This record gives sequence, C-alpha cells and structure tokens, in this order.
Amino acid sequence: MSDTSVAQTGEPLKEGLAGVVADYSADKTAFQVPWGKAMMWIFLLSDTFIFSCFLIAYMTVRMSAQDPWPLTSEVFSLSMGGQPIPLLLIAIMTFILITSSGTMAMAVNYGYRKDKKKTFYLMLATAILGASFVGMQVFEWTKLIFDEGVRPWGNPMGAAQFGSAFFMITGFHGLHVSAGVIYLLVVAFRVKNGFYERRGNDYGIVEVAGLYWHFVDLVWVFIFAFFYLW
Amino acid sequence: MSEGQQHPLSIYYSIWILLFVVSGFSYAVDYYQLQGTLRWTLILIFMFIKAGFITAIFMHMTWERMALQLAILVPPIFLMIFIGIMAIEGDYTFLTRIEFFTESDFVPVYHNSGAAH
Repeated sequence: MSDTSVAQTGEPLKEGLAGVVADYSADKTAFQVPWGKAMMWIFLLSDTFIFSCFLIAYMTVRMSAQDPWPLTSEVFSLSMGGQPIPLLLIAIMTFILITSSGTMAMAVNYGYRKDKKKTFYLMLATAILGASFVGMQVFEWTKLIFDEGVRPWGNPMGAAQFGSAFFMITGFHGLHVSAGVIYLLVVAFRVKNGFYERRGNDYGIVEVAGLYWHFVDLVWVFIFAFFYLW
Repeated sequence: MSEGQQHPLSIYYSIWILLFVVSGFSYAVDYYQLQGTLRWTLILIFMFIKAGFITAIFMHMTWERMALQLAILVPPIFLMIFIGIMAIEGDYTFLTRIEFFTESDFVPVYHNSGAAH
C-alpha cells in the first residue's frame, strides 16, 4: 500500500496492456493510487452516467417535440447599451468556471509542494469563483422565470419541453457547483489550520477535491455545447 | 505513498490559456450565427478539445496507470449506444406525433414514397 512503483510481491510493475492484466489479476490493490482518489474517480464515473441520462433525455424530447425549440441565443441574450448580445451571461459563466478550474489546478500543485498558504488562497479563490457562478445562475433563472415566463410545463417561445429540460439540467449542475463550493471550503480551511499537516503532511485530498471540481467544469463544457449552442 | 502528481506549473498555464481560447471560439460560433453542418461540427470539435484537455491534464488522466484509465474511460463508450437508441426513439415519437396529432389540413411530406399512406 505504501510504495506505488513496486507491487506487493516486491517485483517491479509492468507497463501498458501487460500492466493492466497484472494490476487487475493482482488479487490485491488494482488501482495504484490512494484509496480516496480511486473512489472519487468511480463516483465521477457514476455521475457521468447521471448527467448523460439527463442530456440524452433532453435530446429525445427535443427530437420528438412538434413545436419549434426556443432559440437559445435569443432566450439567453443580455442587453448591453440597448443592444442584445447573444449568450453574454452564459459566456461569462463559462469563463468564470474555466478560471476556477485553473486556480484549482494550481492549488493541487501547491498542495503537493506543501505550500499551505498558497494552496489555501487558491482553493478559496476557486470557491469564490464557484459561488459567483451559482449567483449568476440564480440571476439567469430569475430572468427566465419572471421576465420570460418559462415554466417546467411550458413557455411562450415554443416547445413546452424546453423548460423542464433547462431546469433539470442546469439545476442539477448548479447543485453540483454549490456542493463543490462547500467541499472546497471545508478542505481549504483544513489545509489552513494544519489538519493535513498533522496527518502525515499528505495533501492528496486537495487533488481529490480538484478532481470533483474539474468534473463540474467538464460537465459544463457539454451543457454549454448541447444546451446553449445547439 | 509517492509524491503524487507533480508537474511543472507551465503545463497548467498553457492548458488554461488554451481552454480560454477554445471557449472563445465556441462562443464565436454562436455570435457569428454559423449554421448547419459547419456549426455543429465546430461545436463538437471545440467541445471534445476542451473535455479532452480538462480530463487529460487538469484531472491528471495522462499520468495515471492504464488500469485506472481504462476503468474510467471505457464505460462511457457505452453511452454512444444509448444515444443511438434514444435518437431512433425520438425520431419515432416525432413521426408518430406528426401522424396522429397534427391538424387535418397539414400534409406531411414523405420523401421516399408519396403513396405510402
């Protein structure tokens, strides 16, 4: 369990496909990574399937809708100086999420360098960016519900299925971002007050939290492409 | 435990910039209102570039052992089959609705044979 470059038998590990066979048939640890990281990856795999189910359901209702699908670049446009700019808010949200992914990657890196202070501030920045993303989503929902009259059962612009697909997909993603912000803050403050220092100075948990955060960004890439741009 | 995933910061900076640029491109696709095949080809290309770099570099998938890579990256391939099945289902539902739910003055156009119905 302690050394990842050598198997428990003491022999050096094989690489490539032979390594896959050896790892899976090892009768001991299949994944040569810390336990938390393997489990986070498996959770993310299951989450991939949940989000895929939502996006596939959206594809199906959109294909089978008789009424025209509302034009997303018009529905999600924002007026700037009297001129509507398509998808402006969504573009800002996308860039905020990418920025937060970048700061998270930096935090993981500084975590492995045992730089407590930089890790803490970078994780805090990530959490703040994530919180501002959720805030913008609240603004977007408010605009859609109160100004444009979008409901899960119908809307004035076209196919009734638009509302339920929109609220379900972006709502579930927003829930993930909110949970991620809380998760990041807990880990960040534990980094700061020396919780991991006392536990063998191991900052692997920062990478595990980072995996979750990058996944949230990854899901947004697909939502942005399929829901907003399509 | 070894020192985990240690990589130079420069690789993260370059991927970060790349993600920004590619996101800008996919936004431009909508801003300039490209349509048709060009639109969805570009959207999909930019989407897969972004998803690939996030998974490979930010999530460190490139540096993991192949056992973990395969365990995580192979199952989503089955989603392709799911997408295919549901696309057929969606088409079928749409045609059924055209057939039964439309007004009588609406005549659906069948491309292969006009005498089918």
